[in-house]
Amino acid sequence: MTKVTMTVNGMSVSAQTEGRTLLSAFLREGLALTGTHIGCDTSQCGACVVHVDGQAVKSCAVFAQDVAGATVTTIEGMANADGSLGVIQAAFQEHHGLQCGFCTPGMVMSTAALLAINPKPTVEEIRHGLDGNICRCTGYHNIVKAVLAASGQDATAMAAE
Amino acid sequence: MPKDHGIGASVKRREDIRFLTGTGNYTDDITIHGQAYAVFVRSNVAHGRIVSVGAEAAKGMPGVLAVFTGEDFKDVGGNPAGWLIKSRNGEAMREPKRPVLAHGKVRHVGDAYAAVIAQSYNEAKTAAQAISDASVIEELPAIVDMRQALADTSNRVHDELPDNECFDWGWIEDNRAKVDEAIKSAPHVTTLNLINNRLVPNAMEPRASIGEYFPGTGDYKLTTTSQNPHLTRLLVAAFVLGIPENKLTVVAPDVGGGFGSKIYHYGEEALVLAAAKKLKRAVKWTAERSESFLTDAHGRDHVTKIELACDLEGNFIAFRTETMANVGAYLSNFATVTPTFLHGTLMAGPYKVPNVYVNVKTVFTNTAPVDAYRGAGRPEATYSLERVVDKMCRELGLDPFEVRRKNFLTPDMFPYTTPVGLAYDTGNYHATLDKAIQLGDVAGFEARRAASAAKGKLRGLGLSTWIEACGIAPSNLVGILGARVGLYDAATVRVNATGNVSVMVGAHSHGQSHETVFAQIVGAMFGIPEGSIEIVHGDTSKIPFGMGSYGSRSLAVCGQAMANACDKVIAKGKKIAAHMLEANEGEILFSDGVFSVSGTNRSKTFGEIAFSAYVPHNYPLATLEPGLEETAFYDPANFTYPAGAYICEVEVDPDTGKVDIASFTCADDFGNVMNPMVVEGQVHGGVVQGIGQALLELGVYDENGQLLTGSYMDYAMPRADDVPFVTVDHSCSTPCTHNALGVKGCGEAGAIGSPPAVVNAVLDALNRAGKKIDHIDMPLTPSRVWSAMNA
Ligand code: FES
Ligand code: FES
Repeated sequence: MTKVTMTVNGMSVSAQTEGRTLLSAFLREGLALTGTHIGCDTSQCGACVVHVDGQAVKSCAVFAQDVAGATVTTIEGMANADGSLGVIQAAFQEHHGLQCGFCTPGMVMSTAALLAINPKPTVEEIRHGLDGNICRCTGYHNIVKAVLAASGQDATAMAAE
Repeated sequence: MPKDHGIGASVKRREDIRFLTGTGNYTDDITIHGQAYAVFVRSNVAHGRIVSVGAEAAKGMPGVLAVFTGEDFKDVGGNPAGWLIKSRNGEAMREPKRPVLAHGKVRHVGDAYAAVIAQSYNEAKTAAQAISDASVIEELPAIVDMRQALADTSNRVHDELPDNECFDWGWIEDNRAKVDEAIKSAPHVTTLNLINNRLVPNAMEPRASIGEYFPGTGDYKLTTTSQNPHLTRLLVAAFVLGIPENKLTVVAPDVGGGFGSKIYHYGEEALVLAAAKKLKRAVKWTAERSESFLTDAHGRDHVTKIELACDLEGNFIAFRTETMANVGAYLSNFATVTPTFLHGTLMAGPYKVPNVYVNVKTVFTNTAPVDAYRGAGRPEATYSLERVVDKMCRELGLDPFEVRRKNFLTPDMFPYTTPVGLAYDTGNYHATLDKAIQLGDVAGFEARRAASAAKGKLRGLGLSTWIEACGIAPSNLVGILGARVGLYDAATVRVNATGNVSVMVGAHSHGQSHETVFAQIVGAMFGIPEGSIEIVHGDTSKIPFGMGSYGSRSLAVCGQAMANACDKVIAKGKKIAAHMLEANEGEILFSDGVFSVSGTNRSKTFGEIAFSAYVPHNYPLATLEPGLEETAFYDPANFTYPAGAYICEVEVDPDTGKVDIASFTCADDFGNVMNPMVVEGQVHGGVVQGIGQALLELGVYDENGQLLTGSYMDYAMPRADDVPFVTVDHSCSTPCTHNALGVKGCGEAGAIGSPPAVVNAVLDALNRAGKKIDHIDMPLTPSRVWSAMNA
């Protein structure tokens, strides 16, 4: 067991880990941050996406010990300081970009990472940018609209209704 | 400003707040103090005799608390099939016992024959591997192909049965001779052999269960990923473990999608309860995705021959279907009704066809159980019908739109009883077809085709017109047909003393948005703010006995129960108001949250009446109980019949066979719509699941019964860049006539109507390009399309 320290959602946190402890388990079990979800065992669904030092990372594919000292943001850290929904979160609600909510944390984190490098993506760029995140409920229609809206574009005009 | 509350408004979802902030409460998010972890030991072979289980190997391993094997559950009950189906010869279906853990034999890859409980998940996992390594299973030849399963009676999935057939069902048997005769004498018969491909449901949240036992009271609690907690309680308590129902609470908290796969009771739920009792501590199990692939009930898997008899103008005379339906290794709870009453009864479609007969043989194989998956039987029916109609149009050189039009039932024909026994109440199939043609700009197709051709792409247009029966279901009718449960639903409306309202519903929301939409209905009925209404679901200790959510039934059945309970509250409120306002009950009016005396300005608000009911100082106590809480059970008089028309345009790359969906248009009739935003979202999701079936998804077992598509590396899920925006419309509404809300249900529509539209579009593209191709089985992957083009 090794003690690992990192900054999660602005707080410095430590926990004992085994070498095989994944970042996802560190967050969910060690820190009770259960907003990060586990949807697969082959790193292909994106439900577990968090930001590590500003990069979108599948937390199920990273050992906690390998990101010791890093700055991590999870879905729990995405709301505004006053607790209200952040821009991306609000756009997902406004455009009904979620149903069961299970893929949602990963979608929001991937969207944030996408918009950080491409602030006004086209529909095609959004679809391509989110193809590491599986949603079984929404058919992606409203997720794409939400991302358009979150990037300040006219979602209704760009999406067929 | 669009309406922001009430019936018909696109109210934003209240459940989103927790899901968007990471504060949802899914089963695996829950940690009970002192919980132990279960890991299952699963068969690596599809069919085998268990010679010995290496339970000893785990003894003394770090953290191991207990090992269970099939022997431990030999004498408890089995997980039953929910419907008893009879064969054409009158014999009851074969119903082999489905144990908690396999003993004697393992019957599919992933079949659990032992479970280990340990202090930590990793310790349990390590011990499970040790047990697996130490177990001896003599492999038997796997039974995978349905035809072979029926032909070879010497090798059987269940040794105690004479062969691998579950039943051989005819619907309606009295139609058989007439249909045979009609087909024999018809001017034209189109025959089509097709496969409705096996799908893996893949709700994004893997199944999970936590068992708890409280020795002081003898109570149990099961927290589990279920679409219907009361049904699970009934099955696990009364049928499997023999626990009194009143000693078991089942909680389905936030559930990350179901699509059918979480309707059923699975052995893991019984195991965690039994283990919790033995160890006197909570026991948790969470599936890995690979376990979900191997053990969640799969969907579809039909092999069908359909014949359509018609005259040379395309007027339908008869449909005859022969289907083999895979039920897998064990009967899952709805496995027997899905290929029969949810499939055969829909084989008249939206058409005025006089003769219909359906024969379905269900077959045991060494594969995962197969059961209802979004649409459940109705996608299979729609696919067969809409594909054979499309083929007939091509054979006779007829226009697919005109052929639908001339065969559609017309609005003046309702109510209409089909030759396969359903009584459609309302519909206007011409209207939805016209709407789809308009929204899909069919008139502009030729120009778009030319533009595609200029890019070297083959463009095609496909049509599908669909109907389904949902709002499941009238209990007395389904009882006659073989259902072993009632299919009503229930709701309790509790007006609290301070005037806010708690509504406990039997339906379960795992993406359907009940917390928002049900509150819209109650708010509108009571004339109070939706924010003062709480919708409670998923906990058997809080809600009345309901049947949960599946079959697009939540609103049409449970929603109506809730509306009826609201009516009872209003009726009682009128009595209280009459007393307080010193008027006759008959003079009391209720609207917009106010009880008033007709023709006067005397009134009491909803809140004042509620307060008076709980603080009954000025109250007719001699004739009326205090309190303001009502429960209603609602058993529908009929199914509901949503219907619609879907148009798909595709572009096929002739060099690679890759299909791109260029556009997808839906015109649906769902009856009255409570929240258009939610309804549209349901259609988007359903359509994309149908596109997944048509182009991408296939559950493949090899001849040894190994699942080749056991992860997201090999099973192609639709991703954001595989699909288009979906144009949806629900304006052609013919409200349901037998529920007061006038609703029909929308959850499955997209998955039912879309696969044939996609396949018809691809075949249209290929045939327009001069390729004479009658049919390609789904999924229409590049290799299948390319191979068909270059055959
Ligand atoms: S859980 Fe990490 S990608 Fe699926
Ligand atoms: S909202 Fe359910 S998986 Fe995306």
